[in-house]
Amino acid sequence: MNMRAAGLPGGIGVTPSIAVEEVTVRYGNGVTAVNDASFALGAGTICALVGINGSGKSTLFKTLMGFLKPARGSVLIAGLPVRQALKRGLVAYVPQAEEVDWTFPVLVEDVVMMGRYGHMGLLRIAGKADRAAVDQALARVNMLEFRKRQIGELSGGQRKRVFLARALAQGGKVILLDEPFTGVDVKTEDAIVALMRELRAEGRLMLVSTHNLGSIPDFCDQVVIINRTVLAAGPTETTFTHDNLQRAFGGALRHFRLGGADLHDDADKRRVTVITDDERPLVLYGDRDHEKLARGGKENGGSENGGKAIGEKDPAP
Amino acid sequence: MIELLLEPFGYQYMVRAIWVSALVGGVCAFLSCFLMLKGWSLMGDALAHAIVPGVALAYLLKVPYAAGAFFSGLLAALAMALVRVRTQLREDAIIGIVFTTFFAVGLLIVSINPTSVNVQSIVLGNILGISDEDVVQVAIIAAVSLVILVARWRDLMLVFFDENQARSVGLSPTRLKILFFMLLSACTVAALQTVGAVLVIAMVITPGATAYLLSDRFGRLICIAVGLGVVTSAAGAYASYFLDGSTGGLIVVFQTLLFLLAFVFAPKHGRLAAARAAQAASEPAP
Repeated sequence: MNMRAAGLPGGIGVTPSIAVEEVTVRYGNGVTAVNDASFALGAGTICALVGINGSGKSTLFKTLMGFLKPARGSVLIAGLPVRQALKRGLVAYVPQAEEVDWTFPVLVEDVVMMGRYGHMGLLRIAGKADRAAVDQALARVNMLEFRKRQIGELSGGQRKRVFLARALAQGGKVILLDEPFTGVDVKTEDAIVALMRELRAEGRLMLVSTHNLGSIPDFCDQVVIINRTVLAAGPTETTFTHDNLQRAFGGALRHFRLGGADLHDDADKRRVTVITDDERPLVLYGDRDHEKLARGGKENGGSENGGKAIGEKDPAP
Repeated sequence: MIELLLEPFGYQYMVRAIWVSALVGGVCAFLSCFLMLKGWSLMGDALAHAIVPGVALAYLLKVPYAAGAFFSGLLAALAMALVRVRTQLREDAIIGIVFTTFFAVGLLIVSINPTSVNVQSIVLGNILGISDEDVVQVAIIAAVSLVILVARWRDLMLVFFDENQARSVGLSPTRLKILFFMLLSACTVAALQTVGAVLVIAMVITPGATAYLLSDRFGRLICIAVGLGVVTSAAGAYASYFLDGSTGGLIVVFQTLLFLLAFVFAPKHGRLAAARAAQAASEPAP
């Protein structure tokens, strides 16, 4: 049985999409967190959601989860209002590590089983299909051997994989990932990215909020850049540019540029630009700013990694 | 000897005290599993005190005390929620203000109408002298609460663990939280008769806290907590026959003893286990 067959009856045959149209979200205290935001995403997409802290990323997530209601505009998921999409189990959510109470007395397999609630009856008694979906999801993230552990006993990367497994067991067509790479080692990050590519091939839609600017060109085909509103949205090649990032981050971004006589003996116009939002930096090389995207090392890798990173090949998917 | 031990069962009021205590202890223990995980233990405290004015008024107006208690408990919970949403005050300050206010009003009502109710039986409980109608009230409250909890504990667990996930599987966290606080208010009222307003706090915290040290699975944790609640409450009522002491006092003392045992001897989370683990870690690897 594959994951698609294990999905909700309502999830089968649904083409995932997100359509945010002229959405404005206000908090109870009158603060407008997001103003007039619009973007649209289709099936088989990994989209990065990029912006400084406080730019409205989590507000947007909360709106997509139906926690906040837009004051204006509309949000449709797979063509349905958020509430109905949630009722049909179309949306799965992978929370930030800080949002989870790691001392809660639940085992890894219990957490993954929580993804199956929408498939169960009123009493939430797990059936054969539910247990099979949990087994399969755990196997897929390589966590079967840890299934009887209490969640607080896991490492940062393992914790992330548990919640990914829950999203898989749920069979959500639209998966929201909130900072999936924070506190995760490079190996786990690569594993998560590989899994996300598989899910994209299955036609799912993933929206990933991340500060890891450097890895975005590796695996995201779409980018939404926000700062209180959508500044730019579209394919990574044309949207994830120096100018757009500059607009989104302004002074909040660490930004180095090396060029001219510092880099070359001759009059070569190409230059190296390093942009980092605290995690894996974005390294640009060329005489135009979006000409070439190179992958940077983790920040703690220091200059050694950063130096080697230029021209590094993408890992095979 | 056996005759002596069976002696309490010969008295109808003792038998009644034992089973009513056990029932109430079990339901309160069920609720304690949720309360202590959310850092809401003080909510139980607050509700217990907040129902005093309701009880006093109910006696004054000659309506069933459970209705009055439930109403004032709910009012207190709403007041706390309202102040929390509208101000930046910390939770403990809000709880402190609300429950002392309600308790003060309760004492005031009782002192103005001294004949209306024996305040001591509200604050300290009086299971041995419980009237027939009160037994019916307590039994109905506890039984209904227990049925709802058994049916919905998995949903409540998800809401307490991860509200966003609850939402993404189509549950309403707000509605389930309201349900939980209604159950808590109702069971606090029921426990009032058994152990009184002060010691009910222990009933809705200690069994859950003890079980937390004994299990990493929520389902098992509930079973352990309910088992502890039932046994300690029945034992407390039974022992009070011989010691001629306060039933509530005995129940809570038993619960605390079991907590201390778990604290020291729990296989994984006890102090001894922690000491062993620390020792194993400090020894050089072979």
